[in-house]
Amino acid sequence: MNNTAYFPGCSLKAEAGDYERSAAAVMEALGQPLEELERWTCCGTVYSLTDDDLMHQMATVRNLIRAQECGAEEIVTLCSMCFNTLKRSKVFIEQDAARLETVNAFMDEEPDYEGDVEVVHLLEILRDQVGFESIEGRVTRPLSGLRVAPYYGCTLLRPREIGIDEPDTPTILQDFIRTLWATPVEFAFQAECCGTYQIVDAPELVLEKSHRILNSAMRAGAEIMITSCPLCMHNLRLAYEELRSSLPDKRELSIVYWTQLAAIALEVETGELPTSMGKLVEGLPTTMELVP
Amino acid sequence: MSTSSENTIRIYVMGSAYEVPRGLTIMNAMEHAGWRFTRGAGCRSGFCGACSTVYRHEGDYRLRFVLACQTEAEDGMYLVQLPFTPAPRVSYTLAELNPDENVLLQHYPEIARCVSCNTCTKACPQDIEVMDYVQAALRGDIAQTASLSFDCIQCGLCSMRCPADIKHYHMAQMARRIYGRYMSPITEHLEDRIAEIEKGVYEEELDALVKMTRSELEDIYAARVVE
Repeated sequence: MNNTAYFPGCSLKAEAGDYERSAAAVMEALGQPLEELERWTCCGTVYSLTDDDLMHQMATVRNLIRAQECGAEEIVTLCSMCFNTLKRSKVFIEQDAARLETVNAFMDEEPDYEGDVEVVHLLEILRDQVGFESIEGRVTRPLSGLRVAPYYGCTLLRPREIGIDEPDTPTILQDFIRTLWATPVEFAFQAECCGTYQIVDAPELVLEKSHRILNSAMRAGAEIMITSCPLCMHNLRLAYEELRSSLPDKRELSIVYWTQLAAIALEVETGELPTSMGKLVEGLPTTMELVP
Repeated sequence: MSTSSENTIRIYVMGSAYEVPRGLTIMNAMEHAGWRFTRGAGCRSGFCGACSTVYRHEGDYRLRFVLACQTEAEDGMYLVQLPFTPAPRVSYTLAELNPDENVLLQHYPEIARCVSCNTCTKACPQDIEVMDYVQAALRGDIAQTASLSFDCIQCGLCSMRCPADIKHYHMAQMARRIYGRYMSPITEHLEDRIAEIEKGVYEEELDALVKMTRSELEDIYAARVVE
């Protein structure tokens, strides 16, 4: 195992298979293939805000122990929600030696967690370790002219202490879009909540919030929206299907994972793309064709 | 205080002390002490999962979980039997299921309550990685759930201990059934043999066997070719 262990999370193995496949292909192409953490468990899904509820921190610490066991210094996630839960839980546990001691004592079948494993999102690795400029140099199919809306949602950015960028004025996705030679389209609701798990109990609430996000991006002229969260993706695609039938003109918005956009630019496996996305990409020349 | 001798040990059943011979299984030791199993005993061979037993060693805080028919009684054991687990089992028609990645979660949604505490694994008398198969189920990996839970004997101790009230063993049985019905490779020679049986290829041979006397049967049995 290299220094970075890949933590997929449950969604990536089910509904968001296209996210995992495209990320794996991109990282392979960049010479840093994802190595999956062995025997990982669900992150816990939602971070527990109760500060004496150590039972709900157990899943995170167990995953950190798994990373420690295989000699990894950091866990990298693709799912924003897993990133948020794992990182907040790690910070919470490490803040207070007594908490860590209690959790370690409970998990007496495991080696003690020493508190040295970092939790990062794949976007951070590309920005801080690989470097966006290095990715730019590897683009063989520049996405010139494509207008891409960066949708952050909540869990990549908030709370501030664990976010991967400035929570009110993030730029990492815009920078990434430029790296692929596409044009970032800023819009008012790019860090607005999509409604998350309310989709189960109050779908009308989620649809209202997600419609506002989608309308805002389309009004700003976006053809594509990227996200890093499988739950946002679920809600946005659902909301878009409903919205589409009522759109006055034939405007379309393709909602894809940010790794799928990268996969197109690097010409590697993308995972299944929306039909509208396929149409947008068809017209793009590859660098090879541009060279006389 | 336990008082063991060279040939006997002291065990405690439901709080009462008994002097029993050394070297017996928990089940035999309890029977030796005069207990009669009307529930909580089945195959007596470690396969049926009926004789779930919880015990503690004198001086130890930890509860331990075993099968009474498979575990030797030890001096100073405090024992209780758990012959039944009142866990609900979901009804479904196997042939009508959609075996996708959400099928286990849809039928047993409480698996999403798993906090990875691993208490289930510690309770398993079969040494199955119970938490790992619940986690596999949670991410829709039916094959892995079936494979990791293969040695389950449905004793129910995992569910009795789970702080999230997950019904591990029923859910895993469903996974194994789905795996068998939809995912395991088709065995061609089995299909061929079933077709032969349905065609009546063996009817004549079977009829002949049925009409034989006991001594004729013994003769052909003794003369059979052993591979």
